[in-house]
Amino acid sequence: MTVDMLIDWFATIGNFPALAFILAVVISGIPLFLIMALNAMIAVYVERKVSAFMMDRIGPMGQGPGLHAGKWGLLQTAADAVKLLVKEDTIPDSSDKFLFKMAPYIIFIGAFLGLAAVPFSSTLQVADFNVGVFYIIAVGSIGVIGIVMAGWASNNKWSLYGAMRSASQIISYEIPAGLSIIIPIMMAGTMNLQELIQFQSGSVWIVLPNWIIFNNPFSFIAFFIFFISAIAETNRTPFDIPEAESELVAGWMTEYSGFRWAVFFLSEYANMLVVSGLAVAGFLGGWQSPIPGLFDTGAWGLFWFMGKLIFLIFVMMWFRWTFPRLRVDQLMHVCWKVLIPIAMVNIFGVGIWKLIFG
Amino acid sequence: MTSAEIIAVIESQFSEAVIENEDLADHQVELDSAHWFDIATFMKNDPNLSFDQLECITGVDPGEDSQLQTRYNLHSMEYRHKIEVVIRHDRENPKVASIEQLWRIGDWFERETYDMYGIIYEGHRDLRRILCPDDWEGWPLRKDYEGQESYHGIVVPKIKEEEGWE
Amino acid sequence: MGVVQGDQMTLNIGPQHPSTHGVLRLEVMTDGEIVSKIKPHIGYLHRCFEKHSENVTYEQVIPFTDRCDYLASMNSNFGYVVAMEQLMEIKVPERVDYIRVIMGELNRIGSHLLALGVYGLDIGAFTPFLYMLRDRERILDMFEYTCGARLLYNYMWVGGVSHDLPKDFEKICIGFLDYFEPQIEEYNNLLTYNKIFVERTADVGVIPADVAVSYGVSGPNLRGSGVKWDVRKDEPYSIYDRFEFDVPVGNGHFGTLGDCFDRYWVRMLEIQESVKIIRQALKDIPGGDVHQALPKKIRPPKGSIYRRTESPRGDLGYYIISDGTPVPFRVKMRSPAFTALSCLDEVSRGWMISDVIAILGSLDIVLGEIDR
Repeated sequence: MTVDMLIDWFATIGNFPALAFILAVVISGIPLFLIMALNAMIAVYVERKVSAFMMDRIGPMGQGPGLHAGKWGLLQTAADAVKLLVKEDTIPDSSDKFLFKMAPYIIFIGAFLGLAAVPFSSTLQVADFNVGVFYIIAVGSIGVIGIVMAGWASNNKWSLYGAMRSASQIISYEIPAGLSIIIPIMMAGTMNLQELIQFQSGSVWIVLPNWIIFNNPFSFIAFFIFFISAIAETNRTPFDIPEAESELVAGWMTEYSGFRWAVFFLSEYANMLVVSGLAVAGFLGGWQSPIPGLFDTGAWGLFWFMGKLIFLIFVMMWFRWTFPRLRVDQLMHVCWKVLIPIAMVNIFGVGIWKLIFG
Repeated sequence: MTSAEIIAVIESQFSEAVIENEDLADHQVELDSAHWFDIATFMKNDPNLSFDQLECITGVDPGEDSQLQTRYNLHSMEYRHKIEVVIRHDRENPKVASIEQLWRIGDWFERETYDMYGIIYEGHRDLRRILCPDDWEGWPLRKDYEGQESYHGIVVPKIKEEEGWE
Repeated sequence: MGVVQGDQMTLNIGPQHPSTHGVLRLEVMTDGEIVSKIKPHIGYLHRCFEKHSENVTYEQVIPFTDRCDYLASMNSNFGYVVAMEQLMEIKVPERVDYIRVIMGELNRIGSHLLALGVYGLDIGAFTPFLYMLRDRERILDMFEYTCGARLLYNYMWVGGVSHDLPKDFEKICIGFLDYFEPQIEEYNNLLTYNKIFVERTADVGVIPADVAVSYGVSGPNLRGSGVKWDVRKDEPYSIYDRFEFDVPVGNGHFGTLGDCFDRYWVRMLEIQESVKIIRQALKDIPGGDVHQALPKKIRPPKGSIYRRTESPRGDLGYYIISDGTPVPFRVKMRSPAFTALSCLDEVSRGWMISDVIAILGSLDIVLGEIDR
């Protein structure tokens, strides 16, 4: 339910606008948090199974509830969650304790705020901003502060290295991501996510749905640039140099264990969901069905959105287990000397296309 | 070139350095430790010998009341000939010039021989133990080595004469 | 404490670290991300192999050699027995020679598969590691079928081998080779030609040929720098002179001659050469009794010998001094990984920390062999 709908409903009961607002926000936050937790649990299980099948092994397996990890290993994530919660909370003695404790929550806040604007269907969206796209991009930068805090507060040279690399990586890759997401805004003329998705109804080139990715060659390329920058934003391989296991042990997360580490993990998967959600909404038609006119009523919208989202997350996982990682300076080279020029050319291209073809 | 020819070439340049020794085989030659660095430089740079590969440095302790030895196995990639150089050291104060600047692998090989036998390689830029901890006492591979009683509080086990490890 | 130079930072990689291939401590002095000096600290795995071998008999030394280079145990044994047989002037039956070559080459394939897989893991590619390990498992199964052990075999004895080839071994081995050869294409598609992998390894960590020879680098590391030196061809032992195989040499395929990619590529090609050798050996293997030439008591004549053989890591040399008793007087193992690690400092000056990991992986070291 969107926050607006809740506020209107409270208004019908009585006249207490401030309290109604707070209540509406809190009530909408709960399903959001549940989505985040559920997403993490399912995504972790899927990642382990997907990676196992790609590597010619089978991943966590079990015989039934209570026996090892549940049938097909389904209870494995639950077991991991319980273990992380009861683990001892170790904080290094020489660390900056306040920053050390705050860092996971700042990253969590960044991911959580982004999730609020993801349009799961035409009615399922927590907050329908006028500047939805801009809001998600802006809020995604909050995570960087958390990462740098985590690396610094650990008082560990390895964490510091990882944090600095991560900060430079995320800040750099926001630019091609932002430049690419301008393309849907230019074409639809609005930053509101629901209106952006409405714009993508109908068909283009006769058979293809009118998704922005299929509209013209520049927006086609823009999707891939956005997707690559999104992977870099979430610190996934091939851009996972900040948490490069084989070099820096665990990079900026080295000193974190137990529940704090679980919060980092939760935020990473939530981030993946947010950027994939933005890619789907901006380029792949959001909750629009791929066959214009068929299967596009109410609940089907949620189905299509989730389907496209799951596909993009699967592709992210696929990349992780296939490609080696880039070195820090190669990463920067790709961003500044390859992606940004192409993104700028795309903007010009789309502008000229719109001018000529309307 | 055969070993005899190689020894002849060395002898022609450094006649007083080659020492006669019947215990050694044909491919081995004993040299005087005082001239070792010059001979080594000659062996590496001479166009007929051209020993550019130092295969192995072995330390040997022939027993009590005898001199420690360092044996250098040299090989030439160009001519595919080999020679083994034996140098004997005084047991109380074993030392010889270091050749680590000529063959860079000498750096670690000499550190290892120093670590195990206590032979000092003069001119080595960084002579310290390599396999044992830096503050270990004694020269382990010598025949008269007695292990220390304990190391930082950890008891060092000893081999009993007939029964093996305790 | 010393003078702090500018912005130098001293970092510790290890002893416990996911990619140091064993227990190795690297003290790295860096200026930001650029390395200015590396001091390797070894000795964490020192098990006094040379002192032990002065207290046990010659046969009892063989299990010790297994445990030095545990990834290529067959080849470690091979080096020792070749040196001993030359010292004692024993001639082994032909069948023994063929079996030794087959086992040695199978072990070489297994060792290279592990080295390449772990190298991919260091660079960040997780999947080729598992594919290569899956194929290595089949080799270990064959070893288990022959002598009962998967990793440390105690297989090659002075004068023979411990167990003859079991029933159907030739068929199983040929089946494995037929399955394995197309797999190499899969590895190449997945890892070798991957642009990111090439970017990480080409032009990185170049070892010029003269520096390599001076540092005693040998084996695939030396061949990657363009020097065509293989002990199996240049100082042949056993029956290697009967087989036709090439010696792959690096050629600056994607970058400079002698970079990490060349060393990786040489190992990949060597796997194919080993497959060729095994096929030739299996075709010509004669019958006979493998225990025929085992001496009743090993009592070599007085003397010393230094003999080197080609292990997957390079020139493995044994210096053995005998004083006429059944117990060796001195056994020294000259390990190729020891020399490879010694050149790490000079090769990685001026590169970044990620490159140090790439260079270390390309040298293929095994700490058991370095520390003995």
